[in-house]
Amino acid sequence: MLKQYETVFIATPVLSEEQMKEAVAKYTDLIKSNGGEIVNEENWGLRQLAYPIQYKTSGFYYLIQFKAEPSFVDVLETQYHRDERIIRFLTVSLDKYGVEYAEKRRAGRAAKKEAAAAPAEAPAQEVKSEVEPEAPAAEAPEAPAAE
Amino acid sequence: MAQNNTDQNRQIRYLNPPTVEVRKKKYCRFKKAGIKYVDYKDPEFLKKFLNEQGKILPRRITGTSLKFQRKVSTAIKRARTLALLPYVTDLLK
Repeated sequence: MLKQYETVFIATPVLSEEQMKEAVAKYTDLIKSNGGEIVNEENWGLRQLAYPIQYKTSGFYYLIQFKAEPSFVDVLETQYHRDERIIRFLTVSLDKYGVEYAEKRRAGRAAKKEAAAAPAEAPAQEVKSEVEPEAPAAEAPEAPAAE
Repeated sequence: MAQNNTDQNRQIRYLNPPTVEVRKKKYCRFKKAGIKYVDYKDPEFLKKFLNEQGKILPRRITGTSLKFQRKVSTAIKRARTLALLPYVTDLLK
């Protein structure tokens, strides 16, 4: 039975864009070739780390949400361990609420992308500041997720 | 003299209770807002549950229910492994 997982990895900041794409392709192919299916991918880009890892203060974050057999997680993680490009990773299984949240987040991000594609960035920020006071704690986790 | 003392005592007794009554009732923000999943990918939200050194605040202070306190703490720990939140700092906010 396939279960839904979510994995985030941090790659070294020294990689070029193509090398990063190559690394991502490696893991997406690995998931597909092991009978999994990819639900969603997110590239968070270069981010500052909250504390240094292997003397590095920034890294490329990449999120993949996928469905796979539970035994596949070990395969994926050994690959991460062997890969020198990857400085940190985390794989988490999603419960029913997690799956629900992931879907909401994906929808939110898709809508945001469309909004960002049409006008410039400035109006998008205005919209966000208007929305937040109307929707208090209920929207709290979703509002920043849509960023 | 005796009467004066009792009067003072009464005043003191009267002055203390109102401050206790004024204290706001704490509530669990997750239950109130109907949030079911605590996301570890959102450090800005999780910062509400940390003190300035990046330590997790107790339930006693945030008012979170036990069920969600457990979820919040695992989410914070996941965020820490991904370097989205620090393990230790000064002046987090």
